[in-house]
Amino acid sequence: MPEISLNVNGEKMSVDADPSTPLLWILREKLGLTGPKFSCGIAVCGACMVHVDGKTVPSCNTPVSEVLGTEITTIEGLSENGDHPVQKAWIEEQVPQCGYCQSGQIMRAAELLANKPNPNRQEIFDHMKRVLCRCATYYRIVKAIEKAAKDGES
Amino acid sequence: MSKEKKEKGTISRRGFLKAAGGVTFAVAAYALLPKIPFGEDAQASGDLVEQTVTAWVRIDTEGKVTIYNPAAEMGQGSMTALPLILAEEMDANWDDVVIEQSPIEPAIYGSVMFSNSRRMITVGSRAVSGYFDSLRTAGAQVRKMLVNSAAKEMGVPAGELSTEPGTVLHKSSGRKMTFGEIAGIMKVPETPPAVSPSELKDPKDFRLIGRVDIPRHDIPSKCDGSAKFAIDVRLPNMVYAVIARSPVHGAKPKLTNESVVGGMKGVIKTVALGHGVGVIAETIEDALAAKAAVKIDWSGGDSKGYNSQEWMWARKYASVASDPSKAGRAEENKGNADQALASASKKYSADFYNDHVVHAQMEPLNAVVSVAADGKSAEVWAGSQAPDGARTAAAAVLGFPRENVKFNQMYLGGGFGRRSTADYVEEAAELAKHVKRPLKLIWTREDDITYGMMRPASLQRMEAGLDASGKVTAWKHTIVGTGGGLMTSGADTQFYTFENQRIERRDIEHGIRTKHWRAVGHGPNKFAIETFVDEIAHGEKKDPYKFRRELMANFPRAIKVLDTAAEMSGWGKASPEGRAKGMAFAERSGSLCAGVVEISLEDYKIRVHKIWCALDAGIVVQPDNVKAQSEGSMLMALSTILHESITYKDGAVEQSNFDDYHLIRIDDTPELIDIKLIPSTEHPSGVGEAALPFMGGAVSNAVFALTGTRLRHMPFTRERVKATLEKSA
Ligand code: FES
Ligand code: FES
Repeated sequence: MPEISLNVNGEKMSVDADPSTPLLWILREKLGLTGPKFSCGIAVCGACMVHVDGKTVPSCNTPVSEVLGTEITTIEGLSENGDHPVQKAWIEEQVPQCGYCQSGQIMRAAELLANKPNPNRQEIFDHMKRVLCRCATYYRIVKAIEKAAKDGES
Repeated sequence: MSKEKKEKGTISRRGFLKAAGGVTFAVAAYALLPKIPFGEDAQASGDLVEQTVTAWVRIDTEGKVTIYNPAAEMGQGSMTALPLILAEEMDANWDDVVIEQSPIEPAIYGSVMFSNSRRMITVGSRAVSGYFDSLRTAGAQVRKMLVNSAAKEMGVPAGELSTEPGTVLHKSSGRKMTFGEIAGIMKVPETPPAVSPSELKDPKDFRLIGRVDIPRHDIPSKCDGSAKFAIDVRLPNMVYAVIARSPVHGAKPKLTNESVVGGMKGVIKTVALGHGVGVIAETIEDALAAKAAVKIDWSGGDSKGYNSQEWMWARKYASVASDPSKAGRAEENKGNADQALASASKKYSADFYNDHVVHAQMEPLNAVVSVAADGKSAEVWAGSQAPDGARTAAAAVLGFPRENVKFNQMYLGGGFGRRSTADYVEEAAELAKHVKRPLKLIWTREDDITYGMMRPASLQRMEAGLDASGKVTAWKHTIVGTGGGLMTSGADTQFYTFENQRIERRDIEHGIRTKHWRAVGHGPNKFAIETFVDEIAHGEKKDPYKFRRELMANFPRAIKVLDTAAEMSGWGKASPEGRAKGMAFAERSGSLCAGVVEISLEDYKIRVHKIWCALDAGIVVQPDNVKAQSEGSMLMALSTILHESITYKDGAVEQSNFDDYHLIRIDDTPELIDIKLIPSTEHPSGVGEAALPFMGGAVSNAVFALTGTRLRHMPFTRERVKATLEKSA
């Protein structure tokens, strides 16, 4: 099997894998980065969201061959000490319940605020619609995003 | 309580240590092993009939207090709430508390729930209510031991001492000892002191219970990816397994291309199972590729021929409900409902339906099993609502005594009732027998949905008779569907009084798998009851709020909840143009909940703008978390009200993933969810489901208020709303 080099969370990593392998399995099972989660496997739930060059992609249906030479960031690499403004707002608003969807939610929200520091409700809905939460923590997700946006202003 | 029973229930200190898994203590750390003799008082009050040990606290000389959490943590927050209850009575300083998951030993960490036996099972929103008394007693007992030891050390009577968080004080001399200091000198008595209920704190003195600013223990780890679910477990040399499961429940598999699959990259083995074919491979992607390639001949099947929508749309359930020869099981039979109905001066009747829904917890079912090299013991990692049952089940599959299986309880990526069955743990254990390596079994989302265990689809036939004064004298509720007792929870009207009442269940066997789904039958039943109540109120030209108030006249607690929701929502005042309000009331797991929703229709799509909710859950341990649970319950309810539908065709589920099984997404979030918790000193009741059941009625009643048309079949998808409104136009 070919050796594949990846740039994950600012580190060079290499794995033996078939180039068609979904990035999610490489991250989780080979590199031990289990923050991104498996849930649907067909790019409709967002639990597996990671940043590829700053943009969220569902890693469950992204072949690893497509991300060679990119900067990949998982929830583990979003901030040094779990203190990205979105993470801080998430803790303050006590968003997670079971927590399984939350790394996808946080990665997606971080992308939103990076591009739109002050989103309105509709923009939050449009952007966050990609990520499902079975515990239905949506009300607090909205509040946390609005809080992170507000904190970012000051 | 007999002497003999007492002895049996007591676990000696040595026995306790052994049972608890041989936990070792750091040097200078001290163990407090509270034995909790439930005194005659507790027994006399009828809550508990067995004496046993339920909790465990460790204090080290630095003052660190380690408290075990015995419940599954699946997002409901029990792992914070339960230790907090103990810490309250112990007067621990919350900042000094460390929480650990308890070992899976029900004799010690179980709670008395359904029978008199102790069980470790997190279901029915019973964690806080089930453990409240025993954890308070355990905490008080630890406090007493600390005080007694300090008294001895200071040479003063224990009665002169008091506690502040983490400290024992002798007020008159100003001397004090921290819990850590006491831990260094104390001798744990062979028999711990008895604590009578009168020695517990007066709720007004609570320092921790009821605080809004104590965050949940598990949340930071769920914001940085470090929280570990079973699916995250990786072991050296581990293999991966998936199972191709029968599309029709009960069908038997025959793999027809074993040699092809066996020769695929990474495939280690295929395993014939009763309900499918397991594939074990070096990597998960290899296992999935092999699963996609298997060719299986299926034969038979219990659910073959089941077409779910026919039973509803073609009125097959309705004909069962109408057929007097099909009389079923009476769940309630008070007075004579039939007679009262026959002699009523006015009658109402209506049929309500709900489709199947599936748990679809975001973490697919999975388990890791590692059998020891000598083949005599094993370790299991799983997230389970019933870890003891899962441990026993794994042991049975592996052929070991239960003691030889170590069960590691992990965070649950959602439970909702699905994870109280151990099938996924048994499957992993079965497959692990075929390889001498640790094995991780993962269900795909397609497995989860097509091979799911469903909330029953059902018909609710409601009939009521009123006398000339407009009083409801007869109430009949007939439930038809598959799933037996799962269909009946919540059909009783605990807070509405009817002189003559019959609740009847007519079972139809469809051969599918059904299961408790958050709030169980309360979702469908309260939808039917609350819509029907609204319907009678309108028929009688009464305000639905006032009408409910009349029905619950005997229950001031319920009235208070209803009044609060009415007031919060400005009931009676007009909604903005294009919007309307609906109200409903429902009790669940001992909690009382009333809610009002304000909705509009956008091209037949129901939009919920605001929800006002009043909840009486007795003493509330963690108010912010109770609000979070309520928000989640309401929106999960909304998911089933607007979107979720599992349908069967010829016995097979027609949906397979989140692209065709639709869950609520963020854009259905209301602009306001306002929750008021009614202050109370009553025993805590369940909060994980309490705010779910009222939603169906509230939404359908709001749609009626807006359009004059009743919606009677959940989910109210855009298509169904359109069809119903166009038909009635
Ligand atoms: S697991 Fe990738 S989007 Fe669902
Ligand atoms: S927190 Fe449980 S799925 Fe989102």
